[in-house]
Amino acid sequence: MGRTFHGYQALAAIAVAGLALATIPWFGLPLFYESFLYLVLHWIVLATSWNILSGYSGYFSFGHGAFFGAGMYTTAVLASRFTIPFLWTLPAAALVAAALGLALGAVVFRVRRLRGELFALVTLAVTFVVGTIVLNTPIDGGPGVYLSAVPIPAIGPSPASSFYLIALAIAVITLLIARWIYGAKLGTGLFAIRDDEDVAEVMGVPTFRCKMIALAISCALAGVAGGIYALFISYVTAGETFSIVVPLTVVLMSVLGGTRHWGGPAVGAAIITSLLYAFTAGNQPVLGKAVFGALLIAVILFVPEGVLGRLAMRPRRSDETSIAAVEQLTPARVEARSKLLVVRDVWKAFAGVQALAGVSLEIRSGEILALLGPNGSGKSTLINVISGHYRQDRGEIAFEDRDLRGLSPHRIMHAGIARTYQIPRPFAHLTVLENVALPVMFGRVGLARDAAEREAARWLQFTGLSGKADALPDALNLHQRKFLELARALASRPKLLFLDEVLSGLTPAEMDEAIRLVRAIREQGATIVFVEHIMRAVMELTDRVVVLTYGKTIASGAPRDVMRDPQVIGAYLGTAHA
Amino acid sequence: MMQFPSATLLGQSILSGVFVGALYGLLGLGLTLSWGILRQINLAYFALTFLAAYLCYQLSSGGGIDPLATLIVIAPCFFFIGVALQWVFSRFRVSPFNSLLVTFGLTVIVESVIQSIWTADFRRLESTYGAAKLRLGVLYIPAPEVITLALSITLAVALYASLRYTDLGKAMRAAAEDGPMASAFGINRRFIALVVSGICATLSAVAGVCLALSYTLAPAQIYAWIGVVFAAVLLGGIGRPLGPLVAGIVIGVSEALTMALTAPSWAPLVSFSLLILLLLVRPDKA
Repeated sequence: MGRTFHGYQALAAIAVAGLALATIPWFGLPLFYESFLYLVLHWIVLATSWNILSGYSGYFSFGHGAFFGAGMYTTAVLASRFTIPFLWTLPAAALVAAALGLALGAVVFRVRRLRGELFALVTLAVTFVVGTIVLNTPIDGGPGVYLSAVPIPAIGPSPASSFYLIALAIAVITLLIARWIYGAKLGTGLFAIRDDEDVAEVMGVPTFRCKMIALAISCALAGVAGGIYALFISYVTAGETFSIVVPLTVVLMSVLGGTRHWGGPAVGAAIITSLLYAFTAGNQPVLGKAVFGALLIAVILFVPEGVLGRLAMRPRRSDETSIAAVEQLTPARVEARSKLLVVRDVWKAFAGVQALAGVSLEIRSGEILALLGPNGSGKSTLINVISGHYRQDRGEIAFEDRDLRGLSPHRIMHAGIARTYQIPRPFAHLTVLENVALPVMFGRVGLARDAAEREAARWLQFTGLSGKADALPDALNLHQRKFLELARALASRPKLLFLDEVLSGLTPAEMDEAIRLVRAIREQGATIVFVEHIMRAVMELTDRVVVLTYGKTIASGAPRDVMRDPQVIGAYLGTAHA
Repeated sequence: MMQFPSATLLGQSILSGVFVGALYGLLGLGLTLSWGILRQINLAYFALTFLAAYLCYQLSSGGGIDPLATLIVIAPCFFFIGVALQWVFSRFRVSPFNSLLVTFGLTVIVESVIQSIWTADFRRLESTYGAAKLRLGVLYIPAPEVITLALSITLAVALYASLRYTDLGKAMRAAAEDGPMASAFGINRRFIALVVSGICATLSAVAGVCLALSYTLAPAQIYAWIGVVFAAVLLGGIGRPLGPLVAGIVIGVSEALTMALTAPSWAPLVSFSLLILLLLVRPDKA
């Protein structure tokens, strides 16, 4: 993957390119070029800022016009009515736009179903809502705001070149931020959210906070771009500002360039602005719009990853991932035989189905407990409730005497509980190594990216996946995917580990390997609860067995005793009717 | 200043709220079906509605055909547009999210087509229905709005009933619930999807004719309806035929009261506020 942590060269390259481009106004080019270049930079800022939230996290915003417009009006009002110097209005423009975005995010990001679609529609609506407010209040009131009296800061040799230089500075800052986030912890979290938000949360990513930070940065940059644009066009109207044009253009540019790459939107912006210029120059604005629409459709149907998309998907070659040091693996140790997790009378219903009907069980530290029960008996639901994916209707769950109720999954993970998924759910666009590094980065300790990847490499070694470190999960077979699940859960160094049918679907040889792994994990001090149907493994591995049917615990004890319990036999095989 | 309007004015504005809500419901009907059953967020639905409205305008004011009669020509054409659209979607395996982007692109294209044929100026269909007004006590009831309300209720109830009681409707619901499983039980999902998409496009044609009967048309107006209609779809519950109608009338009446009590220009905020309120109160029910 192109998202390496050796990002300093890229950051330096952006800065050097920015400095080189800053000399253009002194070459004596015709004014027209500077205005054109200003527009290119303007759209680079808007598209790149949009991508920081929408491209990285997958929450497509159609409200960039609102944030951009909020910045425009902030600058317009402050500079024209309060005669605040133009450059000082830009931080205010950023703040107002970010505040608007955060208010919106605080509402919409709490929704769990249909979140992407809902975010898109709500942000689309917000553009017109902000427009209505601006039009109906003294902010504008109808006639528009003139900035013709506002002095343009004399940075370059001419006004046009001053705009160019200001926009260049902002574009460089925007690209630096975009590139930095792309390689940073935040970026990894956002890409994980894009692939599978629920799993990201379980792997320790504070998804709400990540989205809010990205949204605030995205909006602030759009606000600054708006502030500059307000002075550039010198007459601001609500109708022109809060239209569909900005979101449409920005989405098109980013999708064309590639939303999974930090540089994609900038490439898209350069291409589209040039095209746009050709159409306006040719006096064909209506045709231009139609071509935009057609281009958007064509790009999505034929190059869904965008121009730079393929680049972002190219696996990284690196050789530092094969250092072995399995001995150093020590998951957090806990005192033996104390009560680690207590589940008391937990209930959970889905519409009419009572999935859990008063489950009670205790997990002692250091043991391997098997959670058994026929299909639909509530085993997976119980794991989902304990890991915080669902909230129980009633009942108590306490981990190390701490009540887990109401904690978000990433906090439960930080407390020391990890899980695997029965059907593996790797992050499809992160490499195997990045998949495992993610819970290390976002875990209790929260290592920096390179340290996390070194640690992840060890877990890959432990599970025998070292050779696949740079592959995408697509390239793995089922048994490797199951082991990836295991490596990912182990990487967070859990005190309590839930293994949801890690053995099912494996060949006998693979199963032997898996059983060896589970033993090795226990040797290192983790407590393990495993849900399994394969009795051979249950008998070989477990200290204790708990059996669920119809959402209730019907038996618990040593494996051999439980297996002889008539109730358990009845639950699996049915009772004899004589 | 805020002034309390008379009872007649209030009654009249509630009534107009109901009528505009009926149009929201009609517009939302196809959207909620395609979102609920096909998992597509079809923004192009609005563009198709306007295209139908302009075609109705053209046939009626240019060709002298009764506006409602134009549906005989427009509706079948739109059914095939819907089928063709779905064919493209399944051919390219467009994801639910990308459907939003593709139909956004389509909307812009249709807008440009409308603008280049009928210009960006406002167009108004003059028909015999426009002048006809019924009187109910002190309240005036314009005929086009009554037609819209009747069509909106009839179509919503008809779709509700056919989804619930007919075999095709049950197959549609099964396909929406769990596509692969429905296929395993012998339901032809491709065929179902083509039919649903066709029905949705036909509904947009009906909505377009109703739009042409009571509203002035301009290409840029396409976007004005998106926010409020999606609010009705979300408030009404995705995939439920009666949802947009009920929610649409609630929104319509709230808007009308807002207009009567404050200023007409504040009306666009109503649906958005209701939607945000829903998200705040019941974040997982939206």
